[in-house]
Amino acid sequence: MHPAGLTLEQAPPIAVPFRFFLTAPVFLLAAAALLAWNGAETFDARATPAALAVTHLITLGYMAMVMLGAMLQILPVLAGAPVPAARFVAATSHALLVVGTAALAGGFAFGEPVFTKLGAGTLGAAFVAFLAAVAVALTRAAVRSATVIGMTLAAVALALTVILGLVLAAMHGWGVAPPSFAIRELHPAWGLAGWTGLLVAGVAYQVVPMFQMTPPYPPAMTRWFPAAVFALLTAWSFAIWHGDVPTLAATLAVFLAGGYIAFALTTLVLQTRRRRRVPDATLAFWQLGMASIAIAAALWCVRAVRPEAPDALDLMIGILAIGGGAVSVIAGMLYKIVPFLGWFHLQASIGPKGAPHMKKFLGDSPQQLHVRVHLVAVAFLAAAAWWPRPLVYIAAAALGASALVQLRNLALAARFYRAELARAA
Amino acid sequence: MSSISESMTRDHRACDERFAAAEAAAAKGDWLRAASDFAAYRAAMERHFTVEEETLFPAFERHTGMTAGPTEVMRAEHGEMRDLFERLAAAATAHDADEFLGLAETLNLLMQQHNMKEEQVLYALMDESLGGEADSLLAALAH
Repeated sequence: MHPAGLTLEQAPPIAVPFRFFLTAPVFLLAAAALLAWNGAETFDARATPAALAVTHLITLGYMAMVMLGAMLQILPVLAGAPVPAARFVAATSHALLVVGTAALAGGFAFGEPVFTKLGAGTLGAAFVAFLAAVAVALTRAAVRSATVIGMTLAAVALALTVILGLVLAAMHGWGVAPPSFAIRELHPAWGLAGWTGLLVAGVAYQVVPMFQMTPPYPPAMTRWFPAAVFALLTAWSFAIWHGDVPTLAATLAVFLAGGYIAFALTTLVLQTRRRRRVPDATLAFWQLGMASIAIAAALWCVRAVRPEAPDALDLMIGILAIGGGAVSVIAGMLYKIVPFLGWFHLQASIGPKGAPHMKKFLGDSPQQLHVRVHLVAVAFLAAAAWWPRPLVYIAAAALGASALVQLRNLALAARFYRAELARAA
Repeated sequence: MSSISESMTRDHRACDERFAAAEAAAAKGDWLRAASDFAAYRAAMERHFTVEEETLFPAFERHTGMTAGPTEVMRAEHGEMRDLFERLAAAATAHDADEFLGLAETLNLLMQQHNMKEEQVLYALMDESLGGEADSLLAALAH
């Protein structure tokens, strides 16, 4: 306990998270453009250079972009843990993440090792800056709650993902052979089932009950899920690295995937028991996200027990986990976070007569349009994994449309905030 | 005896129930019901704020010597919620559904992040420092 460091304030200025949130859809748009440019060849195998470029534009440029910004915002609130030098950390890690993502994707897409090297260096620096600040904040946390432990495990998983990614970048950029080719499996597993999944679950325990007023998650799940996922992922990693224990590795993978299926289905069931019944785009995005995660995890079980399954299965798992799962959940969260923070900061400037309410920042129908377009994009992307020849262009167009609708929606909310702030001054 | 955390968290959920009822009535356009449910919710929130502002926060401040810390932020957020109560009551009187539902969405997030900070951090600290006096401190919550 360090009550002296406790302020419980919405500490960082609005520019800290917003710079991340407004950049993210631009990278999603870039991913869609690159997919259209490379066409059906992108899905010729499990990890074509074009697929790696598109994937990293989304995982780094969209997912990590928003998750970093949101974590800098949420740590002081959830954990009573102020992030040191939040403004500097935000500006630095944001700029490095933008440059590093673009360079790495360029390295993959154009086969230019110099871009890969530049990307690896800047991304490494971006994550070191971010993780150092988060480590300080978490050690200063006022209370060791389940949320703090979940965030800590997510941050450790991110650190491992980055290290494994840098080892792979050394291969692509400098021609240095990795100590084991198992790293090609471990890097995405720690990024998705580790960092992303633990953060989504940790956030879900807090926000699913509060957004829609559902019953709370079962206490056993909130308490044990993060530690169990982390332990299973660690054991699975050793089994994969060892290489000679395929049955053990497959069993561990099935348990890990089973954990995520249980989490996703629990969330969907809780949401059917919600007390708030007003229409809500965030709810729809969470439902799409949880259904995608459950299906992706089920397919990962199939992959674990059927190593001879076609590469399209791996592509579909990645598409559902990333495009259907993480991107949907993040999009839904932004439609709560952005209007609320806008209202909150405006309220602080305007005072008692009151800032315009959240739905003035962005109404329901533009958000619902985004839900529908994104659902179409996920469906066509998943189908394109199996039938890329006719479908990849439709999938890329739908993904681009989803990114454009989101960019327009977030820009409208940001413009409303600036106009109201100017009016109040 | 139940802890400060348990009792105050339970009271948050009871307030949530009333909030959801008022919002659902407004969404259906049942303004008679919305107004009375909202009044019940507002009264429950005021009773909760009173226990905190007049009993729990001063006891915590005395015990820890922190008067400008977390309790000050919590009091300021109570003030912001009271401003929204006022605007919601006016929207209910005017039968303005868009205004009521937009304000309700805003209030829900303000209230839930406020509750989260109390439940995860402040009440846990209070259980440590004031745990022995919980029953007498919470007497005013009994209803």
